[in-house]
Amino acid sequence: MKEFILIFRHEDGSKIASPEQIQVWMKQTMDWLGGIAAQNKLVSHGNGLSFEDSKVVRHNNIVTNGPFGEIRETIGGYVIVRAESVEEAVEFAKGSPVLQGEGNSVEVRKIATHEF
Amino acid sequence: MTGPQELIPHLFRTEAGRITAVLCKSFGLDHLEAAEDITSETFMAALDAWPRKGIPENPVAWLYAVAKNKAKNHLTRQHLFLKKIAPEITGQASTETTDIDIDLSDNGITDSQLQMLFAICHPSIPAEAQIALSLRILCGFGIEEIANAFLSNKETISKRLVRAKEKLRAEKVILAFPSGEETGRRLETVLTTLYLLYSEGYYSATQDAVLREDLCLEAMRLTYLLIRHDSTDQPMVNALLALMCFHSSRFPARKDSHGEMVLYQEQDESLWDQELIAKGAYYLHRASTGKNASRYHLEAAIAYWHTIKIDSPEKWENILQLYNQLLQIEYSPIAALNRTFALSKTKGKKAAIAAAEKLQLTGNHYYHTLLGELYTDIDNQQAKASFQTAYDMAKTAADKQAIRRKMDAL
Repeated sequence: MKEFILIFRHEDGSKIASPEQIQVWMKQTMDWLGGIAAQNKLVSHGNGLSFEDSKVVRHNNIVTNGPFGEIRETIGGYVIVRAESVEEAVEFAKGSPVLQGEGNSVEVRKIATHEF
Repeated sequence: MTGPQELIPHLFRTEAGRITAVLCKSFGLDHLEAAEDITSETFMAALDAWPRKGIPENPVAWLYAVAKNKAKNHLTRQHLFLKKIAPEITGQASTETTDIDIDLSDNGITDSQLQMLFAICHPSIPAEAQIALSLRILCGFGIEEIANAFLSNKETISKRLVRAKEKLRAEKVILAFPSGEETGRRLETVLTTLYLLYSEGYYSATQDAVLREDLCLEAMRLTYLLIRHDSTDQPMVNALLALMCFHSSRFPARKDSHGEMVLYQEQDESLWDQELIAKGAYYLHRASTGKNASRYHLEAAIAYWHTIKIDSPEKWENILQLYNQLLQIEYSPIAALNRTFALSKTKGKKAAIAAAEKLQLTGNHYYHTLLGELYTDIDNQQAKASFQTAYDMAKTAADKQAIRRKMDAL
């Protein structure tokens, strides 16, 4: 089993959706995570990342406010899963409610392990 | 009027643990065997005296007085040995004094029992041995009863107890409340043991219904002691007691007139103990402070929803969300299976079948029972095959019987 981090890129939900809509997404997220956890394959439910109080520190210590690029979608959170292969991790990612938003994405990355 | 033959075993169950804990408190945990011996001798004295002289007016006070005397004699002998004889052998005089403090007041008993509970649940003792020790020392269970509860034999349990006691000595565990920061960490082990003790009773494979309820009651009694003590009256402890109250409320409905198990769906809910359900709600409310929702909070909340028999979308949606959270804190096969059942109630059987097939629990007979239920009315042929697999894998008569009934209902 390897560990994969699933990184969500999406718009700031609070800017585009009602509190009720966010509630629905939360529930869908919990159902999705519960489904992975029921397979004993959830390593960490991670953290949501706030869109407020965010800065980018660049070369020569130049500090800019978000947004973080030309696009509106940025990293909003992550979870860590256990999977046999990147394909299995991708299958998990496909179930994420984040992907309901056009332009949103889930990046799947294997966590590098160092062998001593 | 009950005679000594009925009264003494009953008193042994309720008082032996108290006496042993208090004696240990004054002897030190390294003299656990001496304390247990004095407790046994005290009850032997009652067995000898009561049938001849009649049951004393206050049997408990009689037992305490006898135990106290025997303990004093023991300490005097011990002291004599240390003071008079040991110096002859070792050439050193003992500096120990004979201050005898055997506190059999209510508070003294509660404190000694709680400290004993913390000692038994020392991290160096394996979980199985913690439960066996708790039953033996704190709950006055006989070796045979413990063996029955574990579906084991007397030799195995005796060995387990001896090894655990040796470990307590080797680790120099003392009878005291853990201090400050350590309380939380040690309390978690204690709660795990009480949870397992309760589950042992609730789900035990033994057919002895009285024994099973006794295990549950003892677990509740010890949990309640923790709540009565300031430093251990924490939200997690209240949540655990709430969970136990909700589950126990179903005891009167769990067996039919032939003593056979009645499954939840088939239970007559008018038999559920409303007083215990109210108590559960009270402790769950008391548990709802602080920021952490522990696994006990989540399990208690799930148990609360099960005290409402009528199915509603709200009920199953709540249960599903609670299992989602519980699994993220701590995975267990049974929680994974129960979540999948809740999923079938909220998203339908087909969605639940797809989720079930990903669980990789094919070695677990409950998995096949669940599949059988999910396939019922969708594909009865498949349902039957799943129940058959479950039936072949199930080990206890009660499990096999429950599966057989489901098959017959197809």
